[in-house]
Amino acid sequence: MTTIDSIDNGVNVQALLDARETLKGAPEAARFTWRSTTRWENGVHTTSTVKDYFGLGAEHSHKTESSFTADHPEVFAAEDHGITPIEYLLVGLGSCLTAGVASVAQNRGIQLRSVEATLEGAHDIRGILGADSDVRNGYDGIKVTFSIDADASREDIEALVAQSQKRSAVFDALTNPTDVTVEVA
Amino acid sequence: MSSLENRITTVVVGGGHAGLAASHFLSERGIDHVVLERGEVANSWRRERWDSLRLLTPNWQSRLPGHAYDGPDPDGYMTMGEVVGFIDGFAARTRAPVRTGTTVTSLRRTDDGYHVTTDQGELACRAVVLASGACNLPAVPATLSEAVPAGVEQVTPFTYRGPDQLPDGGVLVVGASATGVQLAAELRRSGRPVTLSTGEHVRLPRTYRGRDVLWWMDASGVWDTRYDEVPDLTRARRLASPQLAGTPGRTTLDLNALTADGVELVGRATAVRDGQLLFSGGLRNVVSLADLKMERLLGTFDAWAQETGVDSDVKPPERFEPTRVPGSPRLRLDLRGGEVRTVVWATGFRPDYSWLDVPVVDGKGRLVHDGGVVDSPGLYALGLPVLRRRKSTFIHGAEDDARDVVDHLAGYLATRR
Ligand SMILES: Cc1cc2nc3c(=O)[nH]c(=O)nc-3n(C[C@H](O)[C@H](O)[C@H](O)COP(=O)(O)OP(=O)(O)OC[C@H]3O[C@@H](n4cnc5c(N)ncnc54)[C@H](O)[C@@H]3O)c2cc1C
Repeated sequence: MTTIDSIDNGVNVQALLDARETLKGAPEAARFTWRSTTRWENGVHTTSTVKDYFGLGAEHSHKTESSFTADHPEVFAAEDHGITPIEYLLVGLGSCLTAGVASVAQNRGIQLRSVEATLEGAHDIRGILGADSDVRNGYDGIKVTFSIDADASREDIEALVAQSQKRSAVFDALTNPTDVTVEVA
Repeated sequence: MSSLENRITTVVVGGGHAGLAASHFLSERGIDHVVLERGEVANSWRRERWDSLRLLTPNWQSRLPGHAYDGPDPDGYMTMGEVVGFIDGFAARTRAPVRTGTTVTSLRRTDDGYHVTTDQGELACRAVVLASGACNLPAVPATLSEAVPAGVEQVTPFTYRGPDQLPDGGVLVVGASATGVQLAAELRRSGRPVTLSTGEHVRLPRTYRGRDVLWWMDASGVWDTRYDEVPDLTRARRLASPQLAGTPGRTTLDLNALTADGVELVGRATAVRDGQLLFSGGLRNVVSLADLKMERLLGTFDAWAQETGVDSDVKPPERFEPTRVPGSPRLRLDLRGGEVRTVVWATGFRPDYSWLDVPVVDGKGRLVHDGGVVDSPGLYALGLPVLRRRKSTFIHGAEDDARDVVDHLAGYLATRR
């Protein structure tokens, strides 16, 4: 399989495969905790920061702290300092699926030239406004469209995209219920 | 029944086709043995299947060592009565030393072999073949099942016999492998509204290019793939049964066929909250995974047909319509609303090793073995998924596996005298 060695999407698949083997016998080390902190600024404007996480049995820090501004747009009578929280879900899903496409492609020996995912979330805001109790608060559907240029048949590209959903953390978090606890410290 | 002899060379646990195939090869080598069966020969086909079930493997494929279907309809599919007759016939032909009505309640290791405790007495032996079946119990997701409101009836493939036994009204079938699609179709035909909860599944057409799709699996060698050649063995061993049914009309029973019959598709059942069953929003993904895998498999059949020259004997390649998914599949179902009166758990089966007092079962209840050679001297297994080949759990898969395993067992007996 010479192609697998010569293609390079920049994903260290061997490290991931090694980790899979190691963690099979070490379920405790596989337990990660991801964290973020959100501070209220003013109005519906907030700043969230992400730096530390726990995994492989120890505390870790990202190389740099990341900061995310959220607000509501002017059509919601807000100041629009940043994107809305529900748009962050699209950011999470799009980056997760795209990363998955790259990893699966690397593993299958497919050289990628470009990958672009366009996401659209359909949202009926009567839910959050309490205008109609039959309308849910969240998205009623999300559509992801991939444009992929790669050395592969259309069938193989479709298989990449399907497999990336199968192994996506965010796809799972959005399509399946998650138990959420909210407390006052 | 006379009490058991207290010493014998080999004990086979289970008088299904796998245990009987082992017995055949043991007899051929003159190894004295007994087959212990808690019920009757072919007990699981007699007691643990629903009334309308037919094999999904065609008659010509029902073959055991020296014993094959010889009736008038090689392309048909056996009813349960016919399967029992077929296996009974094999037991008689091979004069298998079966002790029926004998349940093994404990198996322990001793200095020179194993100690077998049964409800009919005790037995010491040097080697044991576990052929007690891979499908002893229905595997039901307990957290979901326990949260189903009391007014809703729940059945498994072990308790389901036919539609008449269920209350009128809607049915939710959970699981879309062979069992789930077959029961969904039967219940829909009974006039009930049926919803089918679908996780990952294996789609196959009943016939391909004019031949039974299982002919292709057999002839192209896919089914003979050895366990040490399968790329991801853990996954292969967990794979659900294909969406196939043995019907006289040889019709395809995929999700499109069910949708055309009026069955509603929803995603994988994931949780019950406040009496509402929640389904995954990933239905489109599992459906496209199954479509893509089917295409790939059919592609390998075509390539094989071309290489071997079979191409000219069969019809031209076919491609099938992608699976249709409802515009917005339902994500929740109110189990208290009366819409669903019955939940059918077609969520798979698992073996029962509660009587096995040898530490060879992993944390997930699976027997640890290498191609049927269990990590305990003189202990062997047969009839488990991809035990030695992809065909291992099927009736026609028993012969090659049983021959290999008995070869190993004979070698073991010969070196430890
Ligand atoms: C719904 C269903 C449909 C299937 N359809 C097909 C098909 O179409 N074609 C095909 O080839 N295969 C099919 N199979 C797969 C397979 O052929 C069957 O599961 C078959 O019964 C397996 O044979 P076996 O001998 O391995 O196990 P079993 O037939 O289950 O035999 C095991 C025997 O062991 C006995 N036993 C278990 N525990 C003990 C104990 N402690 N003491 C004494 N005896 C014990 C049981 O009573 C049983 O008789 C199907 C399986 C299922 C569940």
